[in-house]
Amino acid sequence: MALIDTGYLTYRELMEKQKLPTEERFLQGPVAVVECVQEIPCNPCEAACPFGAIHVGEPITNLPVLSAEKCKGCGACVAKCPGMAIFVIDKSYSQTKGSVSFPYEYYPLPEVGSTVTVVNRQGEAVGNGKVLRVQNPVSFDHTPVVTVEVDLKLINEVRSMERRHS
Amino acid sequence: MILEKDVVVVGAGPAGLAAAIEAAKAGAAVLLVDLNLKAGGQLFKQIHKFFGSRAHYSGTRGYDIGKKLVKEATESQVEIWLQSTAVGVFPGNKVSIERILQNGGKKLYTVHGKTIILATGASENVVRFKGWTRPGVMGAGAAQTMVNVDHVKPGQKIVMLGSGNVGLIVSYQLMQAGCDVVALVEAAPKIGGYAVHAAKIRRAGVPIFTKHTIVEALGDAEGKVSGAVIAEVDEKFQPIPGTEQTIPCDTITLAAGLKPVVELTRLMNCASAFEPVLGGFIPMHNQDMETSVQGIFVAGDATGVEEASVALEEGRIAGVAAAQALGLLSQEDAESQKQFYWNRVNSLRSGPFGEKRLAAKQDVLQCYQEQIHTPQPEVMIGGLASGAD
Repeated sequence: MALIDTGYLTYRELMEKQKLPTEERFLQGPVAVVECVQEIPCNPCEAACPFGAIHVGEPITNLPVLSAEKCKGCGACVAKCPGMAIFVIDKSYSQTKGSVSFPYEYYPLPEVGSTVTVVNRQGEAVGNGKVLRVQNPVSFDHTPVVTVEVDLKLINEVRSMERRHS
Repeated sequence: MILEKDVVVVGAGPAGLAAAIEAAKAGAAVLLVDLNLKAGGQLFKQIHKFFGSRAHYSGTRGYDIGKKLVKEATESQVEIWLQSTAVGVFPGNKVSIERILQNGGKKLYTVHGKTIILATGASENVVRFKGWTRPGVMGAGAAQTMVNVDHVKPGQKIVMLGSGNVGLIVSYQLMQAGCDVVALVEAAPKIGGYAVHAAKIRRAGVPIFTKHTIVEALGDAEGKVSGAVIAEVDEKFQPIPGTEQTIPCDTITLAAGLKPVVELTRLMNCASAFEPVLGGFIPMHNQDMETSVQGIFVAGDATGVEEASVALEEGRIAGVAAAQALGLLSQEDAESQKQFYWNRVNSLRSGPFGEKRLAAKQDVLQCYQEQIHTPQPEVMIGGLASGAD
């Protein structure tokens, strides 16, 4: 598995290991993408989802399975996942743009409306994104969730933004 | 004067706290001692959200778990002595404790525990290379304490050695504190820890060099670290000449595993086993977490390096078993509680990451059954206590 050789997933590997939402579902609006592919004992995502869209069950080393039709793309699981391995993707945003929501636990937090450098799973800068939202309620327990607008063609690759120094 | 307690617990990390709580809840007079300024062990430097199930406080940050446990211990009437080091154990279940007093002085106490629970945790392994004694080379645990407890950056540009969960998590936390991790070096061909932890630091731009090791820490005019020379390694983990490259940095942190702290169980002559998967020599124990010596229990990393959540469950088992040994719990109650916690431990040892630890622990339990069977009272030989061997 490339993941444990290099530390990052390729999209193809992700598709092999996880049942991703269909393209049809992606076009209907925001939906979670669960990038958890190792059988580790962990299940907070299951309880985090208010719609019962994530199933882990027993044993707790099962990979989480997302029911994309139940998922509203609310992002409650994004902040709760201890592995920071869940993202919300919105391919319905416009004809050319989509949005990616990711957990971001670094200072300084980006300003809403600002342009940031977005990075792929390898940490490589792949383009710019406009910050649409920075959610950081108490219930997220210090895991802010940042949503950036990016080109649709980058949407399966962008998973974070470049870390900046305060 | 010798103080009398039902249970003396050494080490106030997750295992010791859980053990103290369970024994105290059953009605035991419990003394919990720890050499640090605060109870909670390593939990207060674990600023990340824990894995596991809800029963194991998953999704909760380590320091919040620490706070909950300390509160529970206090509410359960556990007596906690901090800055108190167990400097020795003596025949007849006596523990010598050097306690730092409020006026800064020290006082030596001898406490007799009807039962003793040793939850002394683990210590970091070191890796030796040319220049490894330079200022700026430190354990990953030390760097983690600096940023998360003392709020001081150990340096700005860090090279981390080791890709187990400690190496991955501490790399992430150093970046959260504002440091840059310029390289993570791993001798094995694959990343050792959870892939999600590796993915987090890759997204943050940390290069991971598998099949590499550090061969030298370079120094500046003052002797402080100024760079790390890394090299590719062959199948026997030997550096391949000609593959060296220098990475400028001011700090090198070592995350090369941990080993159980077993001095006190050795002093008690508790029989030990060698389990590389669990960090080396560990005291053998049975399903009650009781060692080969009657009344001496163990829990947590001191019985094999695993995770805080496992340490917690083992601590609870040891606490229940100690209370049972004291006659404070009926056999029926104690057995059902222990079974409950054993089920939770075993669920944490499931899956590809846990199965080796599960097998090693089962081996320990089986060897205990075959070689020791029942815990023996300590035997005096030439003035020293001796357990079964």
